Formats: sequence, structure tokens, C-alpha cells
Amino acid sequence: MRAFAYTRATDVAAAAVAGHDGGRFIGGGTNLLDLMKLQVETPAHLVDVNHLGTDGIEPFEGGLRIGAAVRNSDLAAHKVVRERYQVLSRALLSGASAQLRNKATTAGNLLQRTRCYYFYDTAKPCNKRDPGAGCAALDGFNRVHAILGGSAHCIATHPSDMAVAMRVLDARVETTARVIPIDEIYALPGATPHIENTLAPGELITSVLLPPPPSGRQIYRKVRDRASYAFALVSAAAVIDISGGKIRDARFAFGGVAPMPWRNEAAEALLRDAPANDATAETFCDALLAEAVGHGGNDFKFSLLRRTIKAVLTQAAT
Amino acid sequence: MNLAKLALRVNGRLEQREVDPRTSLLDLLREHLALTGSKKGCDHGQCGACTVLVNGRRINACLTLAVMHEGDEIETIESFAEGGALHPLQAAFVDHDGFQCGYCTPGQICSAMGMLQEWRAGMPSQVTQDLGQTEIALSAEEIRERMSGNLCRCAAYPNIVKAIAEVAERGA
Ligand SMILES: Cc1cc2nc3c(=O)[nH]c(=O)nc-3n(C[C@H](O)[C@H](O)[C@H](O)COP(=O)(O)OP(=O)(O)OC[C@H]3O[C@@H](n4cnc5c(N)ncnc54)[C@H](O)[C@@H]3O)c2cc1C
Ligand code: SF4
Ligand code: FES
Ligand code: FES
Repeated sequence: MRAFAYTRATDVAAAAVAGHDGGRFIGGGTNLLDLMKLQVETPAHLVDVNHLGTDGIEPFEGGLRIGAAVRNSDLAAHKVVRERYQVLSRALLSGASAQLRNKATTAGNLLQRTRCYYFYDTAKPCNKRDPGAGCAALDGFNRVHAILGGSAHCIATHPSDMAVAMRVLDARVETTARVIPIDEIYALPGATPHIENTLAPGELITSVLLPPPPSGRQIYRKVRDRASYAFALVSAAAVIDISGGKIRDARFAFGGVAPMPWRNEAAEALLRDAPANDATAETFCDALLAEAVGHGGNDFKFSLLRRTIKAVLTQAAT
Repeated sequence: MNLAKLALRVNGRLEQREVDPRTSLLDLLREHLALTGSKKGCDHGQCGACTVLVNGRRINACLTLAVMHEGDEIETIESFAEGGALHPLQAAFVDHDGFQCGYCTPGQICSAMGMLQEWRAGMPSQVTQDLGQTEIALSAEEIRERMSGNLCRCAAYPNIVKAIAEVAERGA
């Protein structure tokens, strides 16, 4: 690990100033330190943002304001989240391990970096780690990689489960500068995969805002190589309102398939007022996957995603 | 090298050290305080061998910096036995043969301690059917899921589950 200076910030303003001067924020540290040990990340200054008073969960405009430093385990166990935002509770509980969730923060989870194995391996070319070096995944092992939203420069996925649930719930992210819809904090790779978010230097995430939950059944379904303590190959967060065999409204967000929690509202519109059956699911999947690209190792994600969507719709209808 | 001053409580004792900010909590315990019960399996949050309790909650000591724990209360496996008498969790691991090589065991036991506290506090897990419920029956399935952050290369899992189930039932 490279040497760095460490500062424990004690208020939001001081943290933002330190961040603006080149400091890197550290929350739980479960992603950043992992990458620093491998020298994939080499910050010269760490600013500890665990003591800014941003660790509360409070009612906000009929929904919730979730502090940036709230631990994933506390958020999953929070009474209101368990009652009204079950998809979020389920997504959080499906991620990592209890020990990691006790440390991981809301903001850190949103901004965690990809698990692409070439990104982690400093002996391999990776445009995200080393812009212009090339991408070892395109012609390499790309089983865990993206089928949607990738580019000729990078096909890494965003690994978070929590962010997928927050996306389907139309969460907004509050920073020291602005409030933006959650999808707008992420940047697609394009020709600049090293730029993963739209935050300015020193822009600190202070909370995540959840509007009142949409009506309907909330489901999180995660498919992976083992039953626990593994990242998603494909995951789906859904809120589905069905009555009399007909879909009144359905929202889906997906993990494991794209560089950010993926949602396609135009495809969702095809679900409205359609019968809750496999044929409807197929129509939705066709639209969702219209621009998807496989790279060999991850081709199975097309059928896995289709089956996951059918399973979720079936679960919602029963 | 810039050193940082650090004061924290470990197993009830105030410890003050000057450390390189890069020092993980795990390395502080093992290398600076000679508490080698907590193990380094992967050093990347992937195995749970380094599990300790910080302010009563279980975390991976390898993925956190010592300097981030100024003023915190740390408990390691060394604090479990009292006056030569094994802690009920330790005794149950012995009774049920909950290990083979023993490398993962300190992490398993610290993790089980944190897990039982989470369970008593009504915290749910991925396999909890009804999220509205806070009195959750600690089935074998619940124990396995809640302990999934602790790998055992010797695969002593069935007996680890039995040991923890027994302690949970007795309310220790
Ligand atoms: C073995 C293992 C298995 C895992 N499995 C899963 C899984 O199945 N599903 C899943 O979703 N995740 C999984 N994770 C990832 C885990 O969820 C993340 O490591 C964690 O959520 C990151 O949160 P943190 O607070 O520790 O972030 P940190 O490591 O502290 O920070 C991550 C990033 O966020 C930035 N940051 C932190 N706070 C702020 C802020 N307030 N404002 C702006 N920027 C900020 C940091 O600068 C850094 O770039 C796993 C991790 C490990 C090690
Ligand atoms: S997919 Fe992205 S992160 Fe992975 S090697 Fe290619 S450029 Fe790097
Ligand atoms: S050594 Fe910490 S999790 Fe493996
Ligand atoms: S007893 Fe050997 S690793 Fe668990």
C-alpha cells in the first residue's frame, strides 16, 4: 500500500474542503482499502467521513432520508425500510457478509468499484485503471461482465445490490452541491471508463432520499454462483402492481448486467395493462435486450436475465 | 514515515501506540499488540478469519485502518475465556467438534458472538421470510446464512452450526 496522510473530518464542510484539496473520502473502507492494498487505488490523502453526523435515518417528504454514513446492516434492519421498502432491505441483506454490512456505508456502497478481475490485476491492461492501456476483458474471461451499457473500451459491471433497489425506488442522491436522481450520479464508460460518476472533486454525498414507495409487490431476486456471500451474475429489483391478472404498473431495475444499476422505462411501459404472463415477460425482455451485446463468456446472461424476469413476474402474480 | 498517534481499548485495556496510518486493525492487533488469535486468511474481506467485535459489532479487522478506530472498544478472541474457564461458545465448539485445523475458529467464534447479538436485537437476514417480524427463530438455515461471512477450509460447517445452535438455545 502506498503511504498516505489520514484526516478524521468532524463536519461536512471540513470534509468537503479536504476533498476539494485532493483528499479521498473513506467510509467503511471495505472497497477502497481492498483496492489500496493492491495499489489499484493510490490516494495520497484519506479523509475519514464516518464522524460527520450523517449516520441518521429520518422521515422526509413522506419517504426517508438515509444518511451517507448509515451502515448497510442498520439500513436493512430499519423498521420503516422493513415495512415500506422491503426491496431495499432484501437487496442489502443479499450483499456481502454480515461483517462487511456492519462496516459498509450508504455512500460507499453506491460508489464501490467494479469487481472485474482484470481491473484488480495490475499486471493486465485495463482502461479503467490505466486509461488507454486496452481492455483485457473484451477478449478474455468475461463471464461476469456487462451485456448492457458497455463500450468498446470497457464492459465492467457495477457490483452493488443496494443501488439496484434504490434505482427502482426512484431514489435521489443529496450531495454538498445538489440533489440528483440516482442514475445521474453514474457515468457510462464510453471512451472514458476511468470516469465512473458525475461527482465533482470534493463533492461529498450526504444522504440518499427515498420518495414514498410506489404501490405494488416489492421483490429482489439475485442469481449467483453460491447462495450467499457472492456478487450477482444477474439481479432484479421490481415493484409490480397486479390486479385481476393484469399488470397495472411495473418497474424493474437490474444488477450484474451493466456499468450502473440498469433501468429501461420505455420497456416498462410495455408492461402496463398487459396480462401477467410469460408472453408479456418476453415482450418486455425483447425490448430490454434489444441493444444488449454479448462477449462470449457472458452470453448466458441473456437467457439468465429472461428467466429471472419471468420468475419475478410469476412471484408477483401469486 | 509519518506516524499517527492512536488510543483505543482492546479487551478492556487502554492501548496507546504510534502507527503508520497504513496499519490495518488486524495488523495492529497481531503485530503491535501481540494478540495473534485473530487470523489473517485473505486480508481482503473474503474469509472472515479476522473477525473481531468493534463497539460490540462484528467486522473484518483486515479491511479497516487502525487509525479509524481511535476511541473504539475492540474485543478479540483473547477476551472470551475468563479465569481459565472457556466461554460457552468456545466450549460448544469443543463439544461439537466445530473445527479441524482451527485456523478459522477465532473468527467463527467472534462472528457467532456478534451474530447472536444481532439476532437477539431482531435484525433480519436474507433468509428471514417475514421482514416485519423481529422474533426470528434461529433455524439452521438462519445460522448458516448469518455465518456465511466465515469460511472454513476444513468444512466443519455442520458442527459449527450445531455448536452455535446449542448456545443460542441455552441463551448464553
Ligand atoms: C468479499 C466481499 C464481498 C462483497 N459482496 C458484495 C455483494 O454481494 N453485493 C454488494 O452490493 N456489495 C458487495 N461487496 C461490496 C461492499 O458492498 C462494498 O465494499 C461497500 O458497500 C463499500 O462501502 P464502504 O463504506 O466500505 O466504501 P469505501 O470503501 O469507504 O468507499 C468506496 C468509495 O466511495 C467513496 N465514498 C465513500 N463515502 C463517500 C461520500 N460520503 N461521498 C462521496 N464519496 C464517498 C470512496 O472515496 C470510495 O471511492 C462485497 C465486498 C467484499 C469485500
Ligand atoms: S472491463 Fe473495464 S475494468 Fe475490466 S479490464 Fe476492461 S476496461 Fe478494465
Ligand atoms: S483476513 Fe479478513 S476477511 Fe480474510
Ligand atoms: S477448522 Fe480449518 S479452516 Fe475451519
